[in-house]
Amino acid sequence: MVDAAIKASPLAGGLRGRAVLRRIMQRRSTIAFLMTLPLVLLIALLVLYPALYSIRLATLNKSMERFVGFGNFLFLFKRETFWMVVQQSCIFAITAVIFKALIGFVVAHLVHNIPARGQRKWRGTLLVPWVIPPAMSCLAWLWLFDPSYSAINWLLHLVGVGPVAWTGEAAWARFSVILVNVWIGAPFFMIMYLAALKSVPEQLYEAAAIDGANWWQRLRYVTLPMMRNIMAITALFSLIVTFANFDIVRILTAGGPIDKTHVFATWAFRVGIEGGDLPLGASVSLFMVPILTVAAIFILRDVHRRASEMS
Amino acid sequence: MTAAAVSTESAHVRGRKYRSMSRDRRWALRWSYLCLSMFAIFFLMPPLYMLITSLKTSAEISAATNPWWVQHPTIGNYLELLGSWQYLTYFRNSTLVSLIVVAITMLISVPAAFALSRMRFWGSVVLATGVFLTYLIPETLLFIPLFKMFAVINEYTGIQLINRWWVLLLLYPTLTVPFCTWIMIGYFASIPKEIDEAALMDGANYRQILTRVFIPVALPGLIAATIFAFTVSWAQFLYPLAFTTSADQLVLPVGIITSLIKGDVFNWGQIMTGALLGAAPPLIIYAFLMDYYIAGLTAGATKG
Repeated sequence: MVDAAIKASPLAGGLRGRAVLRRIMQRRSTIAFLMTLPLVLLIALLVLYPALYSIRLATLNKSMERFVGFGNFLFLFKRETFWMVVQQSCIFAITAVIFKALIGFVVAHLVHNIPARGQRKWRGTLLVPWVIPPAMSCLAWLWLFDPSYSAINWLLHLVGVGPVAWTGEAAWARFSVILVNVWIGAPFFMIMYLAALKSVPEQLYEAAAIDGANWWQRLRYVTLPMMRNIMAITALFSLIVTFANFDIVRILTAGGPIDKTHVFATWAFRVGIEGGDLPLGASVSLFMVPILTVAAIFILRDVHRRASEMS
Repeated sequence: MTAAAVSTESAHVRGRKYRSMSRDRRWALRWSYLCLSMFAIFFLMPPLYMLITSLKTSAEISAATNPWWVQHPTIGNYLELLGSWQYLTYFRNSTLVSLIVVAITMLISVPAAFALSRMRFWGSVVLATGVFLTYLIPETLLFIPLFKMFAVINEYTGIQLINRWWVLLLLYPTLTVPFCTWIMIGYFASIPKEIDEAALMDGANYRQILTRVFIPVALPGLIAATIFAFTVSWAQFLYPLAFTTSADQLVLPVGIITSLIKGDVFNWGQIMTGALLGAAPPLIIYAFLMDYYIAGLTAGATKG
């Protein structure tokens, strides 16, 4: 881009003007500006503008002709389904993140314990759920949970446990969507925690062993403090992603039975796109913003601290 | 280990202690393998069951036999799907979208990451942080305003953006570019400043520094970012579900769900086959480039 401008300059017309242009084009800040311009445009037009526009959208009535202020929000507050969605979103996100973190932590330790040459193979196998596109693996789970042909129920039947209505009963359906989320997300935690475990210097464990620390003390006073940063960041990231999750609930239960498993994203889709009430859908999805902001502030604090440590 | 056991055989108190330690270690190892196997079974059960079901005929699926065993394996489901115009269209759309999005992502994020990591300019720090924050804005917050924006654009210019597969080329970069830029900033920042100073002294301009020095040196990061962009584009579900509807415009995840599930009739053999084939490209990439894939995953947090 820069070269083209320079090569074009010897042609006729205002030689001084060309020179000025040429100097500007060669300035470092100009080049940097041009290099980041596509990025800035993309973010501004397709992320920031829609995000702000959704606030505007949320204040309009269904046909988007009249300004209703907080009317949509007040309408939501009066609906029982809305409070159910709030509750379910929180239960879904928090429970799933806790179990993902626990399983990820345990599995990372197990992989870390076995001899180094076998670790790669195990790590590779255990990350598979994260690699499969969620829409595809959710279909497999939907089939495993099938009301009449459930293969899990077939196994449970062998040990004498009665058929479970995985997606049919509200409580089980809530359990199922969390289970699938944990299944997809736990490998990610495992990978992050494993990377963190590898970064703990071996000498610390040796020193702890000399001091006579047992495994619990080594975990409590060496491993956890060294991993705390990555654990927090991973959990925050996951909380954001889980809170805004769409695929799993949409495919497994589509919000049912009777809206019991809807989270913000799926309900916003139901109300906004399928129900044709875009402003109300926008209002629903805006309720994700507070928790996202809190998580973002914590992450940002960490990013800044790291940035200042680096420089 | 046997040698250790033999040598401790003759030893006294100290030897006994060593032996019990090695025995403890061995038991710990056995338990580790046992637990890992159980987790592996849990993690691999759904893909395995996809494979099992995909090899069955509809008759065998609806017969109440052992669901975990294939009595009469057949590749009929695969042949039928690979011969169906519809499924191939989805596959083509997905491939086209993912590959073009990868190209767009790289063209936007690599120069931007270079500028942000090396050319300090007014607002560069704010912009770098902003890029990172964008990554935290989920698509589930944006699809409704985008839907309305597209409708408004159609109203004013007559350009139809809804139900066109290529509109995904505009949308997917919002998911891939921020993260790719962020990890490329990390990789570029790890290149020693002396290298580009030397190149500048030799009279290289910024474009040459980027293409001749930075891209070759940060190639592992570039591969990790490419893999990330591809897998995200391939797996994206919400945008195509919201913005495309007719069969010839759909991408794979939405296509399988909307076309293979007809009303309440589920042809599970075909659905599982379609899902398995749809999961294949990311799985194949992962199998061959696992280290880059994992590097990309962990870079997000260790660099952020």
